Amino acid sequence: MVHKVIVETTINGDPVELLCEPRQSLLEVLRDELDLTGSKEGCLTGDCGACTVIVDGRAVCSCLMLGAEAAGKHITTVEGLANGATLHVLQQKFLEHASLQCGICTPGFLMSAKALLDHNPNPTEGEIRYALAGNLCRCTGYDKIVKAVVDAARHGVGASQHGKVPTESTAEVTRDILEREKR
Amino acid sequence: MTQSTIKSEFTVIGTRPIRHDGIDKVTGRARYGADIALPGMLHGAVLRSPHAHARIRSIDMAKARRHPGVKAVVTGADFPEVKGVMAQVGELIVNTHYLSLNVMARGKVLYDGHAVAAVAATSRHVALEALELIEVDYEVLTPVMTAEEAMKPDAPVLLEELRTKLMAHRTDPGSAEGPDRPTNVPGHIRFERGDLAAGFRAAAHIVEREFVTAAVHQGYIEPQNALAIYGADGHVTIHCSTQGSFNVRTLTSSVLGIPEGSIRVVPAEIGGGFGGKTTVYLEPVATILSKLSGRPVKMVMSRADVLRATGPTSGTKMKVRMGAARDGTITAAEVWLAYEAGAFPGSPFAPGAMCTMAPYNVANLRIDSFDVVVNRPKVAAYRAPGSPASAFACETVIDELATLCGIDPLDFRILNGVREGMPQPAGPPYKRIGFIETCTAMRESAHYQARLEGPNRGRGVAAGFWFNGGLQSSATVNIHGDGSVSVVTGSVDIGGSRTTQAMIAAEVLGADINDVRPVVTDTDSIGHTDVTGGSRVALATGMAVYEAAHDALAQLKARAAKLWEKPIAEVRFAAGTFSAAGNGVPPMTLKQLATRLARTGGPIVGRATLNAGAVGAVGNAFAVACVDVEIDPETAKVRILRCSIAQDVGRALHPGYVEGQMQGALAQGIGWALSEEYFYDRNGLLRNAGLLDYRMPTCLDLPMIETVIVEVPNPHHPLGVRGVGEVGIVPPMAAVANAIYQAIGVRMTELPMSPPHLLKAIGQRGGVTLDSHAAAAD
Ligand code: FES
Ligand code: FES
Repeated sequence: MVHKVIVETTINGDPVELLCEPRQSLLEVLRDELDLTGSKEGCLTGDCGACTVIVDGRAVCSCLMLGAEAAGKHITTVEGLANGATLHVLQQKFLEHASLQCGICTPGFLMSAKALLDHNPNPTEGEIRYALAGNLCRCTGYDKIVKAVVDAARHGVGASQHGKVPTESTAEVTRDILEREKR
Repeated sequence: MTQSTIKSEFTVIGTRPIRHDGIDKVTGRARYGADIALPGMLHGAVLRSPHAHARIRSIDMAKARRHPGVKAVVTGADFPEVKGVMAQVGELIVNTHYLSLNVMARGKVLYDGHAVAAVAATSRHVALEALELIEVDYEVLTPVMTAEEAMKPDAPVLLEELRTKLMAHRTDPGSAEGPDRPTNVPGHIRFERGDLAAGFRAAAHIVEREFVTAAVHQGYIEPQNALAIYGADGHVTIHCSTQGSFNVRTLTSSVLGIPEGSIRVVPAEIGGGFGGKTTVYLEPVATILSKLSGRPVKMVMSRADVLRATGPTSGTKMKVRMGAARDGTITAAEVWLAYEAGAFPGSPFAPGAMCTMAPYNVANLRIDSFDVVVNRPKVAAYRAPGSPASAFACETVIDELATLCGIDPLDFRILNGVREGMPQPAGPPYKRIGFIETCTAMRESAHYQARLEGPNRGRGVAAGFWFNGGLQSSATVNIHGDGSVSVVTGSVDIGGSRTTQAMIAAEVLGADINDVRPVVTDTDSIGHTDVTGGSRVALATGMAVYEAAHDALAQLKARAAKLWEKPIAEVRFAAGTFSAAGNGVPPMTLKQLATRLARTGGPIVGRATLNAGAVGAVGNAFAVACVDVEIDPETAKVRILRCSIAQDVGRALHPGYVEGQMQGALAQGIGWALSEEYFYDRNGLLRNAGLLDYRMPTCLDLPMIETVIVEVPNPHHPLGVRGVGEVGIVPPMAAVANAIYQAIGVRMTELPMSPPHLLKAIGQRGGVTLDSHAAAAD
């Protein structure tokens, strides 16, 4: 019988005290102990990014971190991205741009993109692609994901600002992005 | 960009509403199969073969059974013997005997990763500990790893009972048995027309090449999962992420000998499938473990399990000989294809043969295609199964012929391209199709019109065909008392399809898209619905929703007539409003009429069930890809500078998701072209069973993906829909190969075109360095 450890941490702004086995990954703890199943398991080896969460401001593969290591850390998961009923602008832009097909990769992309925009509110397309390169999406070919992040950044969302309802149509935004690409 | 031959008369169709399940998916609330947990649930795990080919002498489960926390163990001995029945399950033809052996080995293991035993325990960790305690005694046999090896007369035989079956013509059921001796080649199909020798005599240019493509995996990000609850009354409920809940029911029933009516399958949200989730792996195992333990059992594959034991698509060996007259007419084509099926018969060798020359009208043609068993995981469907590999071969040779004839590669394709009434390789004539329109749209695209300059750069194009559509679907459309509408189908939504179903109902009923709720339900709550696959959901389920909405509309009109005391024929419906001519009848909106349902006869449910026909009988789709590459002169790494895809979709219901399908297919094709491959060692063990080494494209590997939506309506669909999911993956491999040729003058005949393969090909060509070749070409 493996003995469990008590971990005190902060998840999505709330203090959490939990019991886990030392061998359990943070991903497993989030999903199986706390029922925060928004973080997904695609590989358990740090290669797909579906499990990405933000730990003390950095995007981290939660499958590569032990639950016990969460002690004293501030963790944000996809469940903590929206501000109550108001979606984060990234969430809104992912919906508008049809950036998800099956949606299994979406939580990871949202968290990686949030970590990027929190540090660099005005990234280039290249910087976006670099920041998202650890997240695999098999459905979309990334085009609409990158466009959504470009668009979110264009709406001036820095650290933890929440979305205003956009006015332009997707077509206008896309045209805009394409023009920016040309320049 | 959309190029349409039709003018839109729609208000909802063709717009881009936000998907109904979107908020759940961006907030993490959506429940995928692995997210579901039940009280008292156990966790199952599978022990897999460490050998590619071995006889199982014995399995000792005693220690595993005694491990604290283990509640049930199973081996092949716990599964019933299943007779070999060829069952048509959606677009698949499944031999249930082999399916059963693939789910759990008996007697022999046939690939690295083949399931040998399973346990259920109180946690995943305990289950994995128990697997370590299982003792299996194997007699290791020689593995056969490629089609070429397996077809040799002296090759070790995988399955003693196999005999070659010659299907002279797939549409003609008359098939002949081959010689009565064991073989690794259970299937051979041939299509033939014209006079091949005469065709080659008429050719001014003849190109002959051999090709090899590596097996590749669908690569869905969500591993397979299943949660089974075996009730004391013998009733089974299975929650899983599948493309076809009715498939899971049928297949689990046949593997376990449980009546279909005793199984309910509840489809969870699904994290990608691409054909790979149309069969069963874990579902029967979880069901037996649940029966033995009396508890719900959840099983989730690891990524290594996914790569080792779930269907990739076939590796192939192919030969093409093709001739063209001076004016560019293809005079003859001879194609030989061998598809690796994995350990059990059933590669996509027949569709590969039916698709390979499908875009071209060639008078003299012979196509032979073979199904070959090898010691690899049994292949599963993967986006346009069979077509991408055979298109890679033929589209490369076609590019070479176009160059020899001095004709632009798109003009060459248009010159030889199929039009309505011309024969498909399998014989029957095409109905209204849009191949020429698709080639033309690509020729006129911004991408193709732009010049590409610079050393080691080149542009390539290629075309592809896929059947699309058909099969069975059911739909119900409920009109609620507040005028809102729910659309219920059994088609699992893998990329936004439930919103397109809602759009169809909204269009018919004149309702706001936000007042229509789409629901995907379980196998007890809707009529039979075939897989989400074969590009058939928008097409066939869309047809069912269209009819069900019309059924509801007819009933609504009858209610209005009753209220107004008018004959039904006098009730008009336009722009969401019911009206009737004459003395002071005030028009009513759908919402107003809905409030009167209770008093005029109760709720309204529109229904439709249909069989949209055999796969390929409706819908046929073509795509053309254009790719610009640059080759790094030092590493031979190929960079994609620009890429675009044109595709005839018939009608784009939700253009955002149509573009998404086209972009995703092209991206998968580029992975297939450049970096993805199954890498087996000499002993037949998979050496890259992880996502670091099985290298799928990341967003750094790709540019934006331009789409050209071509709309040549499908005359067999009320809305003109053809289906959109698959054909986009067919052309990219040849497009990349043709671009590489344009860049550095090397013909690539092996996939993937990774740096080692490219360096080898450059070396064979005479060790020309890339820069100097480019300089010489200038
Ligand atoms: S599950 Fe953590 S990176 Fe894939
Ligand atoms: S949307 Fe399916 S993996 Fe990204």
